[in-house]
Amino acid sequence: MNPELLSRLQFALTASFHFIYPPISMGLGLLLVVIGVIYVRTKDPKWRQLSFFWVKVYGLVFAMGVATGLVQEFEFGTNWADYSRFVGNIFGSLLAAEGIFAFFLEGGFLGLMLFGGNRLGPRMWLLSSFIVVFGAHFSALWIIMANSWMQTPAGYELAQTSIGTLAFMTSFREVVFTPSFIPRILHTWVASWMVGASFVLSVGAFYVLRGRFVELGKATFKVALPVFVVFSILQVPAFGAMQATAVTDYQPVKLAAMEGLWTDQSCAPMYIVGWVNTAAQTTTGISIPCLLSFLAYGNINATVQGLNSFPSDVWAPINLTFQVYHLMINLGGLFIAIGLLGALFAVWKQRIWRTRWLLWIFVFSIFLTELATLSGWWTAEFGRQPWIVWDLLRTVDAVSPNLSGVQVFMSVLMFVALYALLFVLFIYLLNEKIQHGPEPLAEADAAVTSLPDTFKDIFRRRARA
Amino acid sequence: MMWLNIVWYALFVIIIAGYLIMDGFDLGVGILHPFLAKNDDERRISLNSIGPVWDGNEVWLVLGGGALFAAFPMVYASLFSGFYAAMMLVLLVLILRTVAIEFRSKRPSPRWRTAWDWVFFASSLGIALLLGVAFGNIMQGVLLDAQGNIGGTLLNLLNPYALLVGVTTIFMLATHGAIYLSMKTEGELLARVKRWVPRLMIIFFVLNTVLVFWTVLGHDAIADRYLQMPLLVLFPAAALAAVIAAWLMVRRGRYFVAFLLSSAMIAGLLFSAAIGLYPNLLISSIDVQYNLTIFNAASQANTLTIMLIMAVIGMPFVLLYTAGVYYIFRGKVQISSQSY
Repeated sequence: MNPELLSRLQFALTASFHFIYPPISMGLGLLLVVIGVIYVRTKDPKWRQLSFFWVKVYGLVFAMGVATGLVQEFEFGTNWADYSRFVGNIFGSLLAAEGIFAFFLEGGFLGLMLFGGNRLGPRMWLLSSFIVVFGAHFSALWIIMANSWMQTPAGYELAQTSIGTLAFMTSFREVVFTPSFIPRILHTWVASWMVGASFVLSVGAFYVLRGRFVELGKATFKVALPVFVVFSILQVPAFGAMQATAVTDYQPVKLAAMEGLWTDQSCAPMYIVGWVNTAAQTTTGISIPCLLSFLAYGNINATVQGLNSFPSDVWAPINLTFQVYHLMINLGGLFIAIGLLGALFAVWKQRIWRTRWLLWIFVFSIFLTELATLSGWWTAEFGRQPWIVWDLLRTVDAVSPNLSGVQVFMSVLMFVALYALLFVLFIYLLNEKIQHGPEPLAEADAAVTSLPDTFKDIFRRRARA
Repeated sequence: MMWLNIVWYALFVIIIAGYLIMDGFDLGVGILHPFLAKNDDERRISLNSIGPVWDGNEVWLVLGGGALFAAFPMVYASLFSGFYAAMMLVLLVLILRTVAIEFRSKRPSPRWRTAWDWVFFASSLGIALLLGVAFGNIMQGVLLDAQGNIGGTLLNLLNPYALLVGVTTIFMLATHGAIYLSMKTEGELLARVKRWVPRLMIIFFVLNTVLVFWTVLGHDAIADRYLQMPLLVLFPAAALAAVIAAWLMVRRGRYFVAFLLSSAMIAGLLFSAAIGLYPNLLISSIDVQYNLTIFNAASQANTLTIMLIMAVIGMPFVLLYTAGVYYIFRGKVQISSQSY
């Protein structure tokens, strides 16, 4: 019953379970805004029907994200008190900023987004949805910023205090724009859009396959497909590669762990699949020669540093990091193929609606995009070990000193039981909602033009009512 | 730069007051609804009275956590790790409450709905109780050592004084929630709400009176503060005046004014306690030298300055659009196809 190991397990569990939902909030949110824009421009009621349907799904996903998101903010203090003391001068302000600038936007306007459909005109309703979705992206920005500071800290100085060495801020600008921040936030946003798009594609394809709500299914599918195609093609070679370059430059030992590279090597290979034997210091599998050197430095003859260039006490869990990283990369490659196939069959005389096997692939794509996003996060976090703040503070030194193993064991059990229950209920309700399908528009919705649709309308008309 | 620490203490107390006022009424609605709402329609009206706003209200708690972490990291670390088991229970009820609100009306089955109604009730009650107990322990002092670690177990937290603060918090928020419901309900439900307001107020008043005496008699530092600066008694006095005025306004049907007064009462009580605690954030019952104060537990001046700039830029917008959203949803609750 080691409180440090259990705390790591608990944080991994709670953060991973939370990270299922925010990508959908961002990606599905983006598509909801697109659907809203199409309705405002075309006035075709099917888009309004789809808005009502997806907003309800959005509410369910968002609630799961909110419920599981609070946990991390508490855990920094409960389980990682010495970390909180060490970084408090820097890290806390980013979390507080997230609250002030992003979370209030989301939370404040969520009510209007979820319940405003019958109270606001289409443009004002769309505006509230846009603000919630913008807030979700902005929220991710602050969180990734905070996490990037843990990966590639900058703008700080260390100083001795009565309770030990602590980090103090020297430049807020450098804390915000650490070297890994921009590549990581772009990579995360794009991943989220892919998750959201595949979620919409999944439901749309399901309706077409089942022959229910076919028109709505096709409509929603056609909105999401271009998003998925474009971003799946760009994600690995552009945004993923950008982040890999940041890892190469600032966390070379992490790169070596991700690829299971033991010795310094020019023309270093990149594995497609493989297995790392840490005891024997070997990596076996199928690899493409020189690709790693090319991706890391743009030169096939460049030397990539191997694990043996670093002391073994700064190695991450190597095989684990290797496996989750390759899972992400391979799924990323698969998404390019799925996206291209989808685009081809859609353009080629709309064959996609008759190509049942491809539609089934899209139905299951949401599980794969979620898995890829999670494995990306795992790569970043497993690969950062043994540091909690890169090169400054070890995870083992960050844990709350007054925790007992039993306490943390009990809380791990609590989260396992609670999250298992929540996940089952979430999937059950989501499935029920999807099976039930979009509701027909209510009679009252015929009067959509009478709803207040400008700021002036909202504040004048309601004053009279 | 001592003024920065004082400003951040004031801001932190205001954020907590914001949380107690804003999320307080929806916790109160959760605590009351099994007793006030007699059928599914009435329960949906209660639930939807907070439906569009509860999530935004909870952000005040997130902000409180973030502000404590940023401004007073030593307190954040000691408090959260020291109250480990209690904090895990807070998370449990916070999570359950969120999903109860969202899941409850997703299926028509009466058993499903009743089950989630009870989860909603129990979790709302649990949050009020746990936060009250935590605050009671902060007022009373904890086993804080020289390294800033809090000793003891959950049982140390469950002492009579802290439990009294917990129960008082429950009735304070229930009263506040009932007054909020009076703005949002009509007919029979409203009549029932109006009968409950004075009863809740009386229980709260009695509990709070006991609490005030216990606090003043049992905590010399707090009593001394008020004896040295008698003018500060204005805060608790204002809270008392506000609660009485709130009742009169409910009787006259001026529900919105009553709600503002009830909010003022909560703020007045919290400010009274905060004045008594100043400059301590965590009091050590082992040795006062170990106390964590707004000076020895704070971030350095540049962090506090940057945060202050962010708060000054951000908070006016927050208040403005929050008011706008409440304005759009004002008036009695109407159930529609989009409602919970």
